[in-house]
Parts: sequence; C-alpha cells; structure tokens
Amino acid sequence: MEMTRRAFLKMGGLGLLGILAAPVLDTLARTDLGRVMGASGVTTAKRWALVVDMKKCWENGNGSCRDCILACHRTHNVPAIPDGQEQVKWIWTERYENAFPGQENEFAQNLLGQPFLVLCNHCSDPPCVRVCPTQATFKREDGVVMMDYHRCIGCRYCMAACPYGARSFNFRDARPYLGQPNPAYPVRERGVVEKCNLCEERLAEGLLPACVEACRYGALVFGDLEDPASEVREILRTRYTIRRKPELGTRPNVYYVVG
Amino acid sequence: MGDRGKIIAGLLVFGLLVAFPVWYHLGKATPPPRPDINTPVIAGLPQKECIEDTSYMRAYHMELLRDWRNWAVRDGKRIYVSRDGKEYVMSLEETCLKCHSNKAQFCDQCHDYLRVQPNCWNCHVEPGEGNQ
Repeated sequence: MEMTRRAFLKMGGLGLLGILAAPVLDTLARTDLGRVMGASGVTTAKRWALVVDMKKCWENGNGSCRDCILACHRTHNVPAIPDGQEQVKWIWTERYENAFPGQENEFAQNLLGQPFLVLCNHCSDPPCVRVCPTQATFKREDGVVMMDYHRCIGCRYCMAACPYGARSFNFRDARPYLGQPNPAYPVRERGVVEKCNLCEERLAEGLLPACVEACRYGALVFGDLEDPASEVREILRTRYTIRRKPELGTRPNVYYVVG
Repeated sequence: MGDRGKIIAGLLVFGLLVAFPVWYHLGKATPPPRPDINTPVIAGLPQKECIEDTSYMRAYHMELLRDWRNWAVRDGKRIYVSRDGKEYVMSLEETCLKCHSNKAQFCDQCHDYLRVQPNCWNCHVEPGEGNQ
C-alpha cells in the first residue's frame, strides 16, 4: 500500500500523542488514596505541661527510686550506654546547682546537691526548633517539641542550641545496649539526635506519659496549661514553682515544686 | 590494511567482555520472589485482604508507607481510612507487622531480588527481634 506523506505525518503525530498521554492517563486512572483522620480517644490539649513535685519525690523516693526513668527508657528503647560521653538519656537527675544555675545560694543547704528530675522542657519558644536545618524537630500545636527521626541529619545544631542538655546524640548502634527492645516503638539509628517526646505516641492512644504513670507517689503531674480547671494550673496557682533558666526566654513548660 | 585480523579479533574480545553479564548468567535465572503471607495472624483472618487491594499494595506500598509516616509523625493524624471505608492505625509496628510478622519471607525476598535497600529496619523493630 502506498502511503502519502500526509497520512504518514498524521499517524506519526497520533502515535506521539499516545506515548505522551500514557503517563497522564496512568496518573488519572489511579483512584485517589484513602483519607486521613485524627483518631478519637486521643488525649489532646492546647499546651501540655509537666509539674514535678520534688518534695514528694525526695520524701517518698529516698533518692533511690528510679521508676519514672526506667519506665521512660524502657518504653522508648533508650539504650543504657555506660560511657558518660556517649550516654543517651530522655529523663535523668541533675544536682540542684547544675539544673538551676544562678538560682542557688550558699545558705540554701537543703537544696544544694539535691537531685532534680530533668527532661526536655518542651519550651514555648524552643531554640532547638529554630536552628534545625531540616525541620526534623518541630513544635506541635499541642506544645510537644517533636523529633522526626526520618529527617534528622545528625548535624547536632539542636544540641548546641538547647540550654538544658536535653538532647542526646547516637554515637553508636543502640541495639547491643537494649536487650529486648520494645517492639511498639522504634530504636534510633547511629547519627541521629533524640530526646523526650512527652510520650506523644501514648497521648495518641489516650494514655498519660510513661513517667507520670510510673510514679507511685504522684510526684509528676501532667496537664493542659490553657485549661484553667486543670490540675497543673491548680498547682501553679497554689504552690510556688520554679523553672529551669527562665532568664533565657525559652519559656519552659516543665515546672518544679521545691518546698 | 594488514591489521584487519587484529582489529576483528580485538572487536570480538571487546564484544565478549561487554556482554559478560549476559553470558555469565545465561541459564542461571534467579527464581522470582514469592512473598510469603503464611503467618498465624493472616491464616486466622476470615477474609485475606490488606489495607488496600493487592495490586495496589504491590505497586504503591512504599508511597503508602511514606504518606503514613508523614501524616502520623508530622501531622499527628494516625487513622487511615482505606478506599473501602475501613479504618486503620497508621503504624508500621502496630498495623503492618501485626499481620506480616515474617519480614524475611515477606519484605526481604522482593527487596533483595530487586536490590532495593529500604532503611526502615535501621530503627523500626522487627517482630521477634532480641529473641534470638
């Protein structure tokens, strides 16, 4: 069959159109994905806060109770690395004069040297979030300063920025230091920074943070600061509380009852 | 003109070398992967179905997981409503691995065959890890 130049060009054009249309049609043919919802039964708030009653902790714990620390570290697969330099910690104790530098005085002997429970303050103006180049750490609407380990590149700017030393870097593989990891929560890989996440994964299930739940003496109180009827607000109203390094303007959301 | 023999021989050797992967693996086809869905949980399901239909999961599970990750971690949204209206918690450990508890037979087979190396398991805990 003889083909005219005109017919040849027509067919060529149609063929080209078909090739170009294939990926477009392919995309259109994909029915859209499922939808997303927030879960019901989630513990929600506008601004989460933690009040640590150190008096209760000292009186009942006798300085040897480590329930909250153990519960947290077990829940979140925090490795027990003995080397102090490479230690990973989410919640630990710090001596009064180190936790509250500038607030101590030589005559307050009852406080000097006392262990204070410290963790990420989930600041309202978190310096770690400002410096993170990948937005791996970010502030959630409910106040949780969150880490997205998928995005962390291990630059450690956040560690330099955090005035509370609340962040730890994974210098080595955590798995040999875990024994039996908690299968419900991931481990972190070498080269990422980690810290307390205020148990956001437990809040999502309507549970309290692991440390709060683990404390037998009710020394840790968790609640919403924006809710005037909350227990944390009640404590802040009636007791004298202090925060760590308030002069830096980070506006910490962890409060301490001392006396 | 006297080099014709050398040139042809050289070309032959060159062709042979370039085609090395082809003739070296001739007749040694790796068996295609057969992802194993025989786990106790799946066996106990009245209807063996994943979150979306099998062909979709096969082609797009990586995109689904990526979206789940972003929705759960960054947006704090944890419930996924599939196309047939069922609700699932967006969690690798709590949802996917509850059924697919056999990572070596289910995940690794295809990933090894295709030589893709997803880094999920650097952090996420494989079922039964630490038991060995």
